[in-house]
Amino acid sequence: MIAQNHSYWHVWASVYKKDVRLAFRQRSDIINPLLFFLIVITLFPLGIGPEPNLLARMAPGIIWVAALLATMLGLDKLFRDDYLDGTLEQLMLSPFPLSLSVSAKVAAHWTVTGLPMVILAPLFALLMNLQSQALSAMMLTLLIGTPLLSLIGAIGAGLTVGLQKGGVLLSLLVLPLYIPVLIFATSAIDTASMSLAYGGQLAILGAFLAVAIVLAPIAVSSALKVSIN
Amino acid sequence: MWKWLHPYAKAERAYQLCNTLLPYFAVVAVLGILVGWVWGLAFAPADYQQKDSYRIIFIHVPSAIWSMGAYSSMAIAALVALVWQIRNAQLAVIAIAPVGAAMTVIALLTGAAWGKPMWGAWWVWDARLTSELILLFLYLGVMSLYHAFEDKRAGGKAASILALVGVVNLPIIHFSVEWWNTLHQGATITKFDTSAIDPSMFWPLMINILGFAGFLGAVTLIRLKTEILKSEQHRPWVKALAGGK
Amino acid sequence: MLHVDAVTCIKQERCLFEDLSFNLKSGEIMQLEGPNGAGKTSLLRILAGFAEPMQGQVKFNQQCIGRNYDEYAENVLFIGHKTGVNTQLNALENCQFWLNTHGLESGLDLYEVLADLGLVGLEDVPVRQLSAGQQRRVALARLWLNRAPLWLLDEPFTAVDKKGVQLLQQRFAEHLATGGAILLTSHQDLTTHFDKLIKLQLEYRI
Repeated sequence: MIAQNHSYWHVWASVYKKDVRLAFRQRSDIINPLLFFLIVITLFPLGIGPEPNLLARMAPGIIWVAALLATMLGLDKLFRDDYLDGTLEQLMLSPFPLSLSVSAKVAAHWTVTGLPMVILAPLFALLMNLQSQALSAMMLTLLIGTPLLSLIGAIGAGLTVGLQKGGVLLSLLVLPLYIPVLIFATSAIDTASMSLAYGGQLAILGAFLAVAIVLAPIAVSSALKVSIN
Repeated sequence: MWKWLHPYAKAERAYQLCNTLLPYFAVVAVLGILVGWVWGLAFAPADYQQKDSYRIIFIHVPSAIWSMGAYSSMAIAALVALVWQIRNAQLAVIAIAPVGAAMTVIALLTGAAWGKPMWGAWWVWDARLTSELILLFLYLGVMSLYHAFEDKRAGGKAASILALVGVVNLPIIHFSVEWWNTLHQGATITKFDTSAIDPSMFWPLMINILGFAGFLGAVTLIRLKTEILKSEQHRPWVKALAGGK
Repeated sequence: MLHVDAVTCIKQERCLFEDLSFNLKSGEIMQLEGPNGAGKTSLLRILAGFAEPMQGQVKFNQQCIGRNYDEYAENVLFIGHKTGVNTQLNALENCQFWLNTHGLESGLDLYEVLADLGLVGLEDVPVRQLSAGQQRRVALARLWLNRAPLWLLDEPFTAVDKKGVQLLQQRFAEHLATGGAILLTSHQDLTTHFDKLIKLQLEYRI
């Protein structure tokens, strides 16, 4: 039994390591979403005017919408390469459940797109003139929220991986499902900027994350089985 | 030569079932909507506050209710399709989706038309309208995913998975939108806050809801019949139906 | 070992094969033949469990393969047109990844296996820089690494030179001798003589 558990972890780790390693070899995969995130945030003050209070008021929404869009960039590629070169077939024909490899791939996707956003969040907060008391709220919501985005997005990626033009369709499928994350995350930041307690929103996001960690890999692997067909 | 087409029984039986059910739904639809509209639009008393403009609820409320009802029945069909691998249930998912989307569009349009006299604007970010708009996106997602697949069997499965994912998310989305709305209290007036509805309005509304249910069922059955025929077009019983060649 | 029972496959409104039944016992090698589009690959994908047949069932050791797929997967090695080799990684990383995800420890020295396949000195070159035949060999290294009794190979000889084909057939013979079974598609005849070679002809149907 112990040996079994150990090898489950082994499989998970090797899929995770492979994807992260590939991303680091193709550094543009990591840097491009971040640049995109930064550019979108730069566009807003240019579009709505640089008035500090207005920016601070809109910062949570803008940062989170930019985060949603930046996550979408890498999603299309999440399963595409493995689908095209046949790795997915090999993973499916392994004695381990496909959802195990799927969760490792999603974790890798988060490590290379979500995590850098969390780390760079203070910079974006600075650009958007966000109040300092809201900064920790913003980092926490990104920390809990971006894995959710990766998990939910993976379902859409799994459904569209076999299609010729999956990219646009993917956003249509996934973005509506992101709405609850957007609502609770921005509200937590808003509440924090009024110096109020925002634990409730974080708890709800955490609950979403717990549910998604359990259910999303199952949905993704059944979607992939349809796509491989 | 057509030996591989032999076990047609299931699809054919489903087709016959559609044929048997269709008249009942059609009658309920025609009678319900006819009686409901005439009663509601012409005979029910005008509201003391909203005057005649309230009468749009006789279209808005039933379509809003059944836009969600259609989504739940689609999700049930999707569950059946995935768990028991029943092809006809997949076809039912595909058959319901556009009808549900149409209901959602009707609910949105009538909601906007009602909003103009009530709020003075065509669109207000009211919780119900917003949820309804997101529901429309979910319907469109299911439909376009299905149509993106060349292999319609795979497309049906993928659409079913998405419908199930959607139905898990729908209550969460609904709840979060409601919560978001109460948080950003604007000038919105919630439409259904009016105290208990008068029986003279209640009964025509109920009849309309019933009529819309019949309409939803009837159109879905017609679409399901077409989908079954399309997917079984090479089988002998379909050929016999089409002219015995 | 493998029991195919009245399997029918229909693709794009075209019936590829119907009521196809055969058995594959341990020690046997079966070669699927037929023109392009006859359904050889489709049949292999059904046997691997990627696609479901329209009708009929596939049984492995008296059990339907869909019932306990993960257990079945442990007993099957599948190498298809898409070889499952990542071209950004090198040969060594590819083999190691495949071993890890299949819960196998390499009893053999990976370098030795790759050397036998003529990939000496190329172990740490990204696979995309190798020739088509060498890329194929990286995938075929799994024939030496796996422990599955049933092999499903789709055109294993594509882009492989004569010496390589010889090497593969040697490996086939070893596998059959230890009680394995092989089902492969190939347009060229096997050059080595196998005692228990069965040929299955699929025809192109309209």
